[in-house]
Amino acid sequence: MVENRPWLGVLTHATLILGVAFLCFPVWMALVASTHPGEALSRSPIPLWFGDQGWENYAQLLTEGSPAVGGVDLSTMLLNSFIMAIGITVGKIAISLISAFAIVYFRFPFRMLFFWLIFITLMLPVEVRILPTYDVVASLGMLNSYSGLIIPLIASATATFLFRQFFLTIPDELVEAARIDRAGPIRFFWDILLPLSKTNIAALFIILFIYGWNQYLWPFLITTDQDLYTIVMGIQRMVNVGEGLPIWHLTMGTAILAMVPPVLVVLAMQRLFVKGLVESEK
Amino acid sequence: MTFRVLAAATAVSVIAVAAHAQDRTEIQFWHAMGGQLGEQTDAFATDFNALQDQCTVTSIYQGDYTDTMTSAIAAFRAGEQPHIVQVFEVGTATMMSAADNGAVYPVYELMADQGTDFDESSYLPGVISYYSDTEGNLLSLPFNSSTPVMWINVTALEENGLEIPTTWDEVVEAARVLKDAGFTSPFGQGWQSWTMIENYSAWHDLPIGTMENGFAGTQTELLINNEHVVNHIQRLADMAEEGLYAYGGRQGDSRPQFVNGEAAMWINSSAYYGGFVADIQDFEFTQAPMPYDPAVRSEPQNSIIGGATLWVLRGHDDAEYACTAQFLEYLSQTEVQADWAQSTGYVPITLAAADLMEERGFFTDNPGTDVAVAQLTLNEPTSNSRGLRFGNFVQIRDVINEELEAVWAGDKTAEEAMNAAVERGNELLRRFEAAN
Amino acid sequence: MEKRVFFRNWWLPYLLVAPQVVITLVFFIWPAYQALEMSFFIEDAFGFSRNFVGFENFTRLFSDPGYLRSFWTTLVFGLTVTFLSMSMALALAVAANRVVRSATTYRTFLIWPYAVAPALAGVLWFFMMNPSLGIVAYMLESIWGYDWNHYINGNQALMMVIIAAAWKQISYNFLFFLAGLQSIPKSMIEAAAIDGASPTRRFWTIVFPLLSPTTFFLLVVNLVYAFFDTFAIIHATTSGGPADATSILVYRVYSTGFVGQDYGSSAAQSVVLMALVIGLTFVQFRYIERRVQY
Repeated sequence: MVENRPWLGVLTHATLILGVAFLCFPVWMALVASTHPGEALSRSPIPLWFGDQGWENYAQLLTEGSPAVGGVDLSTMLLNSFIMAIGITVGKIAISLISAFAIVYFRFPFRMLFFWLIFITLMLPVEVRILPTYDVVASLGMLNSYSGLIIPLIASATATFLFRQFFLTIPDELVEAARIDRAGPIRFFWDILLPLSKTNIAALFIILFIYGWNQYLWPFLITTDQDLYTIVMGIQRMVNVGEGLPIWHLTMGTAILAMVPPVLVVLAMQRLFVKGLVESEK
Repeated sequence: MTFRVLAAATAVSVIAVAAHAQDRTEIQFWHAMGGQLGEQTDAFATDFNALQDQCTVTSIYQGDYTDTMTSAIAAFRAGEQPHIVQVFEVGTATMMSAADNGAVYPVYELMADQGTDFDESSYLPGVISYYSDTEGNLLSLPFNSSTPVMWINVTALEENGLEIPTTWDEVVEAARVLKDAGFTSPFGQGWQSWTMIENYSAWHDLPIGTMENGFAGTQTELLINNEHVVNHIQRLADMAEEGLYAYGGRQGDSRPQFVNGEAAMWINSSAYYGGFVADIQDFEFTQAPMPYDPAVRSEPQNSIIGGATLWVLRGHDDAEYACTAQFLEYLSQTEVQADWAQSTGYVPITLAAADLMEERGFFTDNPGTDVAVAQLTLNEPTSNSRGLRFGNFVQIRDVINEELEAVWAGDKTAEEAMNAAVERGNELLRRFEAAN
Repeated sequence: MEKRVFFRNWWLPYLLVAPQVVITLVFFIWPAYQALEMSFFIEDAFGFSRNFVGFENFTRLFSDPGYLRSFWTTLVFGLTVTFLSMSMALALAVAANRVVRSATTYRTFLIWPYAVAPALAGVLWFFMMNPSLGIVAYMLESIWGYDWNHYINGNQALMMVIIAAAWKQISYNFLFFLAGLQSIPKSMIEAAAIDGASPTRRFWTIVFPLLSPTTFFLLVVNLVYAFFDTFAIIHATTSGGPADATSILVYRVYSTGFVGQDYGSSAAQSVVLMALVIGLTFVQFRYIERRVQY
C-alpha cells in the first residue's frame, strides 16, 4: 500500500479475522453438535468441542434418517436435491442459450415482445404467486414428480440476458465467415457460439446449481411424497416437530450435509464462481 | 416397549410378504405426529400391514397439525388427496363444511357402506360429541385425544413443603415460595388458547362463544372478553411481572421449562406423558387436575379435549375404501387403543380401553395418569363445556396467540387484548360464514 | 445495441424461443393473472364455492392493522438486513483489499456462506439462539445477564432473523465490493496520499464515492433479497411469530393462503407484492440501462 502504518495493518487483520469468525462460528457449532449424542444437547451450556458420536449420527442420517420425522434417509434426499439442482441448471442454461441466440441472431416479428415477456419473469418471484402456480402445476398433474420440481423453475431472464450480452460482444465477422462457408444458423450455434460460451456456461452453472440446490418453498409445496423430499426443505420438518423437541444433533447433522455440496462447489471452483456471480448480476 | 417389539417383528414379516406386495391395495395415511408419537403412529401402519395381505397403509408424516391440514386441503384441490388425514380439533368446523360439500367421507357412512361393525357408543361421550354432526353421527374417527392437566414437579414441591395446589390462588402462593427457592419461572403453560382460554372457560362453565360454542350454527360470536377470562389473563400477566411465570412460546415450545426444572407447575396436554417418561430423570413428576377459581364457580365443571381425529377424504375407489375401513377398525381395537394411551398419555378414547388399562393396573402403577380421564368425565358436559366448533378457528387461535403475546410482552392489558381478540375473531367468523 | 448481421429463417427463431416463452406463459404469466382474478373473490377452503366481492379483499387488507404492521416489519427487516450485511461486507472488502499476503485465504473463508441456503442459515442461528440451549443465548445471559427469548420477545425474534439473513448475504456483498475496490485506479489514491490525506479521509472522499455504482446496485439487490428470498428463514424458524413480529409481507401471502385458507386475501396480497417488485425491478433496470451506456 501507499504508506506504512502498523496500527492499520493490525486493524486490517483484526477486521478480517473477526469477519471470518463471525461467518464460521454457526457452522462450527452445527458441526460440533452433530457429533454428540442427543442427551448432550438437551441443556445449556452445550459442548463447544467435538463428541464421539459423529460417525453414528451421520451413518444413521444417511441410512435411516431421523425417526422423529418419518425416517426418510438423507441419501434419498441428497439424491433428490442433486437431481433437482442439475435439472434446473441444465434446463435454465439450455433454454436461455437458445432463446438468447434467437433474439440476437435473428430478426423476426414479435422479437421484442418475447424479449419483454422473458424480462417479466424477473418481476414475478415464486413467493408472490405461490397459490396460483401451485394450482397450475397441480392441474398439469405435476405434483410429486421431478418434472414438477424442475420445469416451473427453469425460465430465466438473468441467464438469457447474460448470454445476450455475451453474444453481442462476439464480432460480426464470425457470422459473415460462417455465411461464406454456407454454414446454417444451427451449425454456427453448435460449432462457433457454443465453444466460445464455454467459460460463461461453466460460471453460470455454478451459480445456478447453488440456486437450484437451495430451493425451499417450491419443493416444500409440491412434494407430499417422502421419496421426493429434498434436503433443504427436509430440514424444516426436523425443526418443527410439533409437540416434541427438535432432535438437535440430527438436525444439525442434516444442516451440515445439506450445505456441503454447494459449499464444496464454491470452494473448488472459486475463480469461476466469482466470475459467474459478478457477471450474471451486472 | 411393546411397540418396538411389534415394529421389529413386523419388519420381518413385511419382508416375507413383500413378494405379494403388488396385489395389495395401497392407501395413504397422512399424520402430524412427530418425534416419539410419530414412531408409534408409523408402527401402527406397519403392524396393520403385517396382519393381513390385502392392504398396505403408507403412513406419512406431513409436519405439524397446521402443515398437515394445509397439505391435505391443497392436495384435495389438486385431486391428489390421501385416504386418511389427521386433523386437529380446531379444524373440525372446516372439515365439517367440507363434509357438507362432499369432500369428506363421514366415518359412520364409510363403516356402514363397508359393512364394518362399528359401535359409536363404546367411545367416551365427551370425545364423541365433539366430532359428531347434529344428528349424532360420527364424522371422523377419534385417534389421539388429550386434555390439559397441570404437570407437577413433585420433588420441587416436596422440598419446599408445598402441597399440590388446587385453586389458582394456591398456584400463585406456591409460585412465590418456589421463586424464593430459586426457580426462575415457577409456573408455565403451553397451547395457551386451548389451556388458558378454552379450557379455563369450560372448567368454569363459561361460554366461549354464542350459539352453544358454535355447535348450534355458524352465526356465532366469541365471548372470551368476559370479566372472568380477562381477570384470569390479567392474573397471569401480573405473575409474569412478578417473575412467577414466563411465557415460553406457542404450542409446546415451553416444554424445556418443565423438563429443565425451571418451571415446577406447567399446564399443558396430558399427552406429554410419554416424552416426559423418557426425558425426565432428575426429578419425580405427576399430573394434577387444572386449578380453578372458587370465586368463579364453586366446583370445576369438566375439561374439553384437544388432539386430533382421522378424516376420510372422498375421490378414491371402493377397494381402497374397504382397506380404509379395515385400518380404522384396527385402530379402534381395545388393545391398540390401550397400548397407545399407556405409552403416550393420550386419553383412552373407548370405555373398553380404559377398562383394560385399569385391569392391567396401569393407573395404580402410574399415579396421575388417570387425571385426564377424570377431568373429562367429571360432570355431564354442558353446552359450555362440550367443546367448540368455530369456523376459521385455526386463524382465530393465531389471533388469540398474538393478542396474548402482546399481554405477556406488556404491550396491552388483558382487557384490551381480549377485546381485540374478540373483535378480530368475530371478523374471521363472518368471513367463514361468507365463504361457506 | 444490435447486431448488424443476422440469419434469415422464418420458423427457427420461434422454435428457439418457444421453450422459454411457453414456460414463462404457463408458470409465470398465467398464475399472475390468476392471482389478479382471485383477488376479487372469496373462496372456501376446499374450493367448492366462489363469490365475487369486488375490491373487498383489498379494502380489508388495508384496514387490517396486522397487514399494515407487516409492511412496517418488512421495511425494518429489509433496511436493517441491507445495512448490516452491506456495512460489514464493505469493511471486510476494504480490509481484504489492503492485505497482500494471505489475501486468497481470507477470501476463501469469506465467500462460502453464499452457498448456504437461506433456510439453513435460519436454522443455524435458530440453534445458536435457542433460549434453553443456544450458545448465544447462554453467553448473553451469563456475561451480561441479558435474558434472550425469541419465543416471547418479538423484537428479539426479529433480530434473530435479521442476523441470519444478513449473515448469509455478507459474502455476496463482499465479492461485489471487492471487485469494485479493485477496479479503482491505484494512482488516484496515491495522489491523495501524497497530498497528505489520511487513510480515513481518502476512503470517504475518494474510494466511497467511486464505489457508489456498486453500492447502489447492491442496495437494490439486497432489498429484493430481504423482501423475497428470506421467506425460507422465517418459515423454517419463527413461522412469523411471536405475535406476527416476524411476519414479513412475503410470509403473510403464504400464511394467509396456505395456512389460513383465505385465498382471496392471499391473492390480493400477491397483487400488492407484484406491484412492489415491479417498482423495484424498474429502478434496477433503469440503473442497468444507464450503466450500459457508460
